[in-house]
Order: sequence, then C-alpha cells, then structure tokens
Amino acid sequence: MSDGVSKDRVFKPSTDLVVRDIEGQVILVPLSAGVGDLEAELFSLNETGKAVWERLDGHKSVADIIAELQAEYEDPEGEIEGHVEGLLAEFSKRRMVVDVAAQV
Amino acid sequence: MSEGVSRYVTVTELGRVLRPPTLGWLDLELTERCNNDCRHCCINLPLDDADARAGEMSTERIKAILDEAVDLGLLVLRITGGEPLVRDDFEEIYLYARRLGLSVILCTNARRVTPQLSRVFAEIPPLRPVQVTVYGMSEASYEAMTRRKGSFAEFRRGIDLLVQASIPLTLSGAFRPPYLEEMRALRDWAAELPNVVGTPNQVMFYDLRWRRESPSRNRSIAELRAVPEEVLEAGVLVAGHEPVTLEFCRKFIGPGGEKVFSCGIGQRPCVDEYSFLQPCDALRQPSLTYDLAAGSLRDAVTVAFPRLLDTRATDPLYLERCARCFLMGLCQQCPARSYSEHGVLDRPVEYQCEVAQAQARRMGLLKSGERPWEVNDWKERIACLTE
Repeated sequence: MSDGVSKDRVFKPSTDLVVRDIEGQVILVPLSAGVGDLEAELFSLNETGKAVWERLDGHKSVADIIAELQAEYEDPEGEIEGHVEGLLAEFSKRRMVVDVAAQV
Repeated sequence: MSEGVSRYVTVTELGRVLRPPTLGWLDLELTERCNNDCRHCCINLPLDDADARAGEMSTERIKAILDEAVDLGLLVLRITGGEPLVRDDFEEIYLYARRLGLSVILCTNARRVTPQLSRVFAEIPPLRPVQVTVYGMSEASYEAMTRRKGSFAEFRRGIDLLVQASIPLTLSGAFRPPYLEEMRALRDWAAELPNVVGTPNQVMFYDLRWRRESPSRNRSIAELRAVPEEVLEAGVLVAGHEPVTLEFCRKFIGPGGEKVFSCGIGQRPCVDEYSFLQPCDALRQPSLTYDLAAGSLRDAVTVAFPRLLDTRATDPLYLERCARCFLMGLCQQCPARSYSEHGVLDRPVEYQCEVAQAQARRMGLLKSGERPWEVNDWKERIACLTE
C-alpha cells in the first residue's frame, strides 16, 4: 500500500476548501490557511483527479472507488489502483480531504 | 504559481483555467467614502457624507450580486472604494465572498486594519495580496497628502498587524512633489518587509474625478500632477531602472486606429456602491453604466459591454492624432481618462500625451519638435533601440 492509504479508508472533501465547477472544470479553492500546503490560489483537477474527487462522498471506501473506476474504464495496464491511491495520498497530504474515521 | 504539482492536481491561476468563465474578475466598490481626504483622489467623498452612505448597497444586495457573479464563474473579486474598511460590514462581505470560493484582493489604506481583521485574514486568507496605498514615508509627507492628523500612525499600525499575521501585501506609492524622492525609501522598506510581494509601483497619473461632478476638484487635481520629467524620474526610482523595456516597445507600440476601446473593456467590470455596473472601474460615463437593479450581471457582461468593442472614434482631433500615433501603447490615454477630462470617450488627454512624448524622447524614439502622429518610420526606430 503506497503512502499509507489503505483500501478500507473512507475520505470526504475537506470543508476547508470550496469546490467550484466552472465550465465543467473542477476548481478547488482553499478556504482556511494551510489547505493545499502551497501558497497557491487555485487547484484544478485533471480527468483522473475529477473522477476520484466526484466519488469522495464520505461513504465509499478507497476499495469501492477503485472497483467503480475499474468497472467504468478499461484498465489493461492495471493502473487505476495506483492512480487512486496516489491521488488520495496527495489530497490527504494537502489537507484537501479528511478521513471519516479520524473524525469520529 | 502556474507550475504543475502532480499528475492529478495542478496549481493554477485565473489565466490558466482551461475554459475561461463568463466573468473571471469583478471589481466591487463598497463605498466612495474615505477616512482620508486626499486632494488628488478621483473618487473619494467625505467619511460623513450622509447622502453617499444612504445610497450605498445593503449587505444583502451585495451578497446577491456576488451569488450572481459566482454563477457566471467568477474567481477573483477586487474590493475597493473609497476606503472599503470604513463599512462596518466589510468582514461579513469578505467572509461571504471567500466562502463562495472567491479569491479576494482588498485595496486599502490600511488605517482601519484591526487585530480582529488581521486574525480573520490569517485564518481565511484572501489568496491574493492585500494592496495598500502608501501616501508618504514620514508623518509630514503622509499627512500632507491625506490631510488627516494621526493617519500616518494608523497606517503604520495597520501594516504592522498585516505583517505580524503574515498576510501577503503589495504596496503602491501615491507620492507627489516635493516628496517623489521618498519612492526610494518605499522601495527599501518594501524589500525589508517579509510579506511584501514584488516591488512597489507608483501612482503618478492622477486621474481627474471619474464622475466629473466637480470642476473645482478637477482643477485642484490637475495642479498636483507632476510634470512629465518628474513622472519619468519617479518611474526610474520605483523600478530601479528605466521602466519601459525594449520588449514592451516591440510588443505594444503602434498606432491604435479608430477603435476607441483597445483594452478588453468589460472584462473586468466594476459594481459601484449604488448597484450600477461600470465597464471598468474608471469609466463612469452614465450612458455606459448598467443598472443591475433593472437587469442582470449576465446581460451586462455578455450582451451590453461586448457591444462597446465596436465603438469607433469620431472626434476629429482624436482621428488626427491618437488614431495615427505610434505611441499609443506607451500613452496612458484611454476612454475613461478622456471622459473624465472632456466628457467624451475619444479626445486626446494632453497630460498623458505630454508624458508619452517625454518618455519617447528619453528613449530616442522621438526627436525634439516631432509630433508622434506624423512619424511614419516608427518600426525602424524601434528596431534600432537597444537595451
């Protein structure tokens, strides 16, 4: 498991950022100080990022999200699992998502 | 800022959003009232102006406009005035805008920055540097400009609070003779402050009153303007070098032609405090403003303002001079300034013309006695320039 993102974890978007849909693009705007971990104004997601982000509902586990994406997209190289884990590790590092279990 | 940070997430900025929103930038002028009383100002009204205050939009009206703007994809909100911090509801409006997912640029004199406001900025950062106008580097020079006793101390305290809270700042110097030399001190001070972004710029081209409501105020502003040579020297003091570069000349110098608006008019509109939308913050010609109470932000930015791009000059003097003048990219002439000076959009603004010609002579683009609208070999002259 890469970067400590185990498959049974459940994430949801942080309330410390604002999610904007602008002309079909997902734009993440940091709200509180420290979110994003960069002196950045905006973050945009590529198609992979968007596909994962849209599934972060606070109920689906990492394994659920991987399974959904594998059912929806062809994955001959077996890359989806790594992409999802890598992305969530990055979101987590930047405090853009929160682990639901950690909030209980 | 535009550097990608991973294969999934990209740090981005307004200009790099792949599909630009209908409205990317909006100026919000909260009030014309100000706690300073600068003679040079093109917009300010007294802090206790009851009529101005009574006419200002309510908090709820402002929120409704921001909601509409966000529906159009707004990303950057510049809050200006007057002095926006004189409104008691500033913090509420600011937080509302940030929670809508807007980046906010606050333009202020910093006198009313409080410990509470600096804490708010630290917790919910504006995402864009706070723009502070500096009127002098000493109490004497500052208060000669602001005409408010104690304003210098309040300004310095405001800056201290923003620095302590690590809020990024940009500084603009609004100095006038005999204090232009203070630009050097401002530049040095800005370099020492840990959270100042970039080098300060200098507000040199004092515009006449944008609303043309006071001929006497206009005469007073005109008297304060630095002569062209002082403007150029101040530009060097600010930048530390000649501010107009060869690259700039190659890109932007050339005759403007008959089109009145060559500036992207309407792309950064301004909501004034009375719920009217201007095509830009400086352009207050009543027939060009849009009453948001009677229409919609969408109609203004998608229908009404784009029509302005077709406007052609008719003023004979403009057609003889500005339309043919190769210094148009160097000159600060624009329809808003033409309106504030003459009441029409397309008449040469002599002060801007004199400054542009002085700049061109300094660079060797114009010979003494030449009139730039009569120069035909301007491309060759630019080609001969060296850094």
